[in-house]
Amino acid sequence: MSVETSEPVFKNGVLRWVDARLPVLSWGYNEFMAYPAPRNLNYWWNFGSLAGFCLIVQIMTGLVLSMHYNPSAAGAFQSVEHIMRDVNYGWLLRYVHANGASMFFIVVYIHIFRGLYYGSYKAPRELLWMLGVVILLLMMATAFMGYVLPWGQMSFWGATVITNLFSAIPLVGEPIVTWLWGGFSVDDPTLNRFFSLHFVLPFVIVAVVFLHILALHQFGSNNPVGIDLTKTDKIPFHPYYTVKDLFGLSIFLIFFGFFVFYAPDFLGHADNYVPANPLQTPPHIVPEWYFLPFYAILRSTVFEKLFAPLALLGYVGIDAKLAGVLLMFSAIAVLFVLPWLDGSKVRSARFRPIYKWVYWLLLIDVVILTWVGGQVPTDRVVWIGQFAALYYFVHFLVIIPLLGKFERPRPLPESIGKPVLGRARLQPAE
Amino acid sequence: MQRKPLFRPILLALILCGLAPGARAAGEGVDLMQRSWPENGPLGTFDRAAVQRGFQVYKEVCHTCHSLNYLAFRNLAALGFSDQELQAIAAGYKVPALDDEGQPIEREAKPFDHMPAPYANPAQARAANGGGLPPDLSLIVKAREDGLDYVYSLLHGFGDPPAGHQVPEGLHYNRYFPGGNIAMPQPLTDGQVTYADGTNASLDQMAADVTQFLHFVAEPKLEERKLTGLKAGIFLVVFAGVMLAYKRKTWRDLH
Ligand code: HEC
Ligand code: HEM
Repeated sequence: MSVETSEPVFKNGVLRWVDARLPVLSWGYNEFMAYPAPRNLNYWWNFGSLAGFCLIVQIMTGLVLSMHYNPSAAGAFQSVEHIMRDVNYGWLLRYVHANGASMFFIVVYIHIFRGLYYGSYKAPRELLWMLGVVILLLMMATAFMGYVLPWGQMSFWGATVITNLFSAIPLVGEPIVTWLWGGFSVDDPTLNRFFSLHFVLPFVIVAVVFLHILALHQFGSNNPVGIDLTKTDKIPFHPYYTVKDLFGLSIFLIFFGFFVFYAPDFLGHADNYVPANPLQTPPHIVPEWYFLPFYAILRSTVFEKLFAPLALLGYVGIDAKLAGVLLMFSAIAVLFVLPWLDGSKVRSARFRPIYKWVYWLLLIDVVILTWVGGQVPTDRVVWIGQFAALYYFVHFLVIIPLLGKFERPRPLPESIGKPVLGRARLQPAE
Repeated sequence: MQRKPLFRPILLALILCGLAPGARAAGEGVDLMQRSWPENGPLGTFDRAAVQRGFQVYKEVCHTCHSLNYLAFRNLAALGFSDQELQAIAAGYKVPALDDEGQPIEREAKPFDHMPAPYANPAQARAANGGGLPPDLSLIVKAREDGLDYVYSLLHGFGDPPAGHQVPEGLHYNRYFPGGNIAMPQPLTDGQVTYADGTNASLDQMAADVTQFLHFVAEPKLEERKLTGLKAGIFLVVFAGVMLAYKRKTWRDLH
């Protein structure tokens, strides 16, 4: 079964008239209906459309929340409680939005790890991958500022800790922090600007998502086998993947709904139901779970234990705090350059006997970092955190480049219909 | 090349394990007293009688020191109080107002008013409590880890400190309070209130009742939320089934 891309002919005269002058309809048709997709995509390919769904949910619930929300230090906490108690279905809106952020990150992290497993970042999809990393960064900024809005204790202290990181920048650090705050501490002006930015950044994400999709459709989706496919191995997105995505969406909604309706505060922090109090620091300041791996890298960077040798950085004016910030950002920067770190021409881990294992080690490493980020940094936790942080970078900067040189991939099939070894997966993976 | 059948479950399990413990900070260490609360569980509802009794405990005991700013008298309708009863309950309190000439006065509260606070401001509250600030209790159950068990335990936790534990002047020993020294004197003792419904007002009974009442104030939409979840869940399961069938049908011609 193959796809012939032809210009759609709209039966409706008005649509035809419009499309002849503004071909947005045929564009939409070509990109989202006729789009030739590999016929062997498995369920891990559902997470792209799920991420798009999450973005739309966040924008719609956020829009209504912002109609009732009051971005002032004196009124923010109260207005969120007003939403929870007095606005029709306000509790639902807020729980969907707050848990929606977590769901969005779960989906996007799975989406990223899918890309890592099947080598979706490799040529010719480097820009597609990098746009994805940009989206991740924008999501992080958006979620961070969103978490400040309810103005609870964790909002306030999280904002204080994270904005303070910029003070690590030599010379201009302090003035930058003051500039970010709009004052000498996190306060009304900070909350106001965070609200503006939190409102607008998702729309920037929408724009980058369009670029992401544009880049995707240039060469088409990668697939579990990771080879370039011929026309005969592609099927039109609609109805095959629309219906598969809808099925995936309904399962995702059950998972999402479980949190919203039965454990709405499980992923949050009790402390954020205490109004912000600049005079009282909570005993443990912990960011949201989706930041924990990065937070772990930040906090593990002390010039002691495993990282004692880093003290040498002191001679070039980099103190432990700055080193931590740099390492934390590098954790994302390595993702940017990953397409060039990985020299292996074979995309899918299915044909890379060693990478397949290394991949799982990375995943376990990230899970460990997530755990470390949520713990009180005792000696033991710092040791574990340092090993895990080190391994993260070793994975990307040492193992991946070496594998590209020395790993001997299994022979690739010529097409998904013609496997090299027996036991073929002739059919689409479901 | 066969895909590992374990691939999916392992990935999901790992990710979920990563989330759960990671998301919470380490606790304080003392094991809380446990109780099974009727409003917990997927279809839990508040025990109206217990919550009403808890309201009585709050009014007669806790309200001397703690405000409940997010509670409007009209919210109590959800507990089964009639309009007349609400009028009467509200009328028991005075709220600030202005008279026709703009002079500050006090008037009887109406159901739409919020519960007035015992102190005019935090400074006054501190002065009256030996420097400790009694927090507003509207959200206390959500504002502590395991809030229900915590508040319930806290009310039980007063007593003599263990040997060697120094309690500073003006504070009281409570084994469930972080650090052990709390500015709140033991608020409840057996028989502290006389329940309108004749229930025996033991310390344990009052602690459980007031905790349930505070939970109601923290989450007035709890029952609506769980019921909506049930409806949404049924819909989604059916929807998922239909989608799966439809997907199979659509894909059949490819196989
Ligand atoms: C005599 C005044 C007084 C009374 C009556 C009183 N409290 Fe308190 N309460 C306080 C003070 C003061 C604090 C602050 C304690 C501290 O921070 O050390 C407090 C704190 C609390 C806390 C928060 C503990 C924490 O984890 O921070 C809870 C919960 C609480 N009270 C519940 C109650 C309940 C329920 C009642 C009624 C049965 C009650 N209190 C009656 C004075 C009082
Ligand atoms: C990328 C998409 C988005 C993400 C990841 C995100 C994330 C968040 C988070 C984590 C919170 C804190 C929730 C809480 O704990 O209460 C929040 C709050 C909020 N967000 Fe968003 N958001 C997004 C989009 C939007 C948009 C588009 C708007 C407005 C149009 C918006 C408006 C708000 C408002 C008003 C609040 C405060 C109310 C509250 O705390 O519940 N959000 N957001």
